[in-house]
Amino acid sequence: MNALEINGLTKTYDNGKTALNNVTLTVPQGSFFALLGPNGAGKSTLINMLADTVRPTSGEVTLLGRELFSDRAWCKKRIGVVPQEIAFDPFFTPREVLRFTSGLFGCKPDEAWIDELFDRLELTQHCNKNTRQLSGGMRRRLLVAQALVHRPELVILDEPTAGVDVELRRRLWSFMRELNAKGITILLTTHYLDEAEELCDQVAIIDQGNLLTARPMKEMMSEIASSHLWLNYGKPVALTAEDSSALAAFDPRANDEGVCLKLGHFEGGSTFHEAYEAAVSCFGPPIDAGVRSEDLEDVFLRLTAKETGGRA
Amino acid sequence: MRPINPRGTWTLFLREIRRFLKVKMQTIFTPALTAMLYLVIFRYAMGDRHVPGLEVDYFTFLVPGLAMMAMMQNAFANTSSSMIMGKVMGMHIYLLMAPLSAVEVVFAFLAAAVVRALVVATVFLAVLLPFVDITLLHLGIILLYGISASIIMGGLGLIAGMWAKDFDNVAMVTNFVILPLTFLSGVFYSVKQLPEIWQQINYANPFFYLTDGFRYGFLGIGDTDPFASISIVIGSVVVTVLCCWYLWYSGWRMKE
Repeated sequence: MNALEINGLTKTYDNGKTALNNVTLTVPQGSFFALLGPNGAGKSTLINMLADTVRPTSGEVTLLGRELFSDRAWCKKRIGVVPQEIAFDPFFTPREVLRFTSGLFGCKPDEAWIDELFDRLELTQHCNKNTRQLSGGMRRRLLVAQALVHRPELVILDEPTAGVDVELRRRLWSFMRELNAKGITILLTTHYLDEAEELCDQVAIIDQGNLLTARPMKEMMSEIASSHLWLNYGKPVALTAEDSSALAAFDPRANDEGVCLKLGHFEGGSTFHEAYEAAVSCFGPPIDAGVRSEDLEDVFLRLTAKETGGRA
Repeated sequence: MRPINPRGTWTLFLREIRRFLKVKMQTIFTPALTAMLYLVIFRYAMGDRHVPGLEVDYFTFLVPGLAMMAMMQNAFANTSSSMIMGKVMGMHIYLLMAPLSAVEVVFAFLAAAVVRALVVATVFLAVLLPFVDITLLHLGIILLYGISASIIMGGLGLIAGMWAKDFDNVAMVTNFVILPLTFLSGVFYSVKQLPEIWQQINYANPFFYLTDGFRYGFLGIGDTDPFASISIVIGSVVVTVLCCWYLWYSGWRMKE
């Protein structure tokens, strides 16, 4: 069964801006799913529609086999959301906040689980202070605890590590991995693409409200990600029509220091030699050269640049 | 059939109660102090002067009206401040994300507003009772009018909080709508003292019936027949609650 099946989801605001355009996406149950996109891509709009803080214009969503928009109460009990913006209730302590959040979701507060959340999120020492006394990072961790306190089956993390230091971020991800290993589906948006690449087994990239790609991370990296030959000439290279024609097989891209050629791969080798020879025949020998494989960030930049009509 | 969430409703009700109990200086001690100030100012400034047309001294006439005014203002403040605080601090999303229906949310908010209003009225009257000759003459009428006023004002506070974008918006509604309507609801005067045109304007103010009926419960006197006004009061309660339910249900100014 899939945790989420999103079909043709669209959001057009009153001012006419379409924030999400006919997005169709499947999040397998038990997956660690990265939803990536630049600022304003529509990620938070999508999440907010799942969380019922934004109304969809059209489309359907199924959560664990139940229709989200017509069976909200059942679905809401199974979703935990960490919002992007820090929110806190200045009247209460973190312990009171978690008890209230449990209750609002229809659960009797489970003190053992609340204590474990405080422990794992390093809030134990602060759990009886007023939330006004917490730092920004602590408040963000409290939001994570609030999303988990009713033991949801789908956890949505909207940039949960912004403002959290490296060590705590590592521990948070370790905790999320444990939850994921227990079968909880995690949908993550983050600007730390290295984290997404390391943590997630599924990935979708969204830009300007449109879904660009969605697939397993390994498949994405093997099918889309490619390696490039970087040739350094120590100065900008002008690509003439003749050069472009001669190098067409290598998708040439000029930059301030030289040129970059995309390498093709085949069993047991690559087109490195052909690319290098072609570049030398066009521009002469470079002062330096190297091969670099694309990581998720390169793929992300390349795909989102194509969408906006630019070049990576 | 939509599953109900009694624990969630109870939790929201308790949270709203706990919220006002956390600021006791505002919610408990301030009404007590205000009562003492009214005692000093009105009891001794007005002396034994009687209200024209009603066989009661002015201070005794004032006390139930002042208690009602405090109830109405506190019921309004409870819901409006909670809503706007939630919006400003971003906490309102937890209400939207929780599996609570519009009926459950409205019920919890209004019930908490009623509790705060009753607490305030109790404190206020407890301070003044030794100095004034009033009794719970018609307890049913007192509760009917007191609770109805709290529901109406709690509902208006909820709507104002949903509408407002910041604290200034709420202050504007409080100062330019709620305060004039409560001051002009017959708290400080008998409508019989007013010129004809102002009497007619008073009869169009629903808060007037609330104050007058509440006073009748204590003193057995008033400008209107409280039993005849029950339909106006109940009608106002129903309209307010339905408006709250519909607005929350539709996500008015809460969901984009």
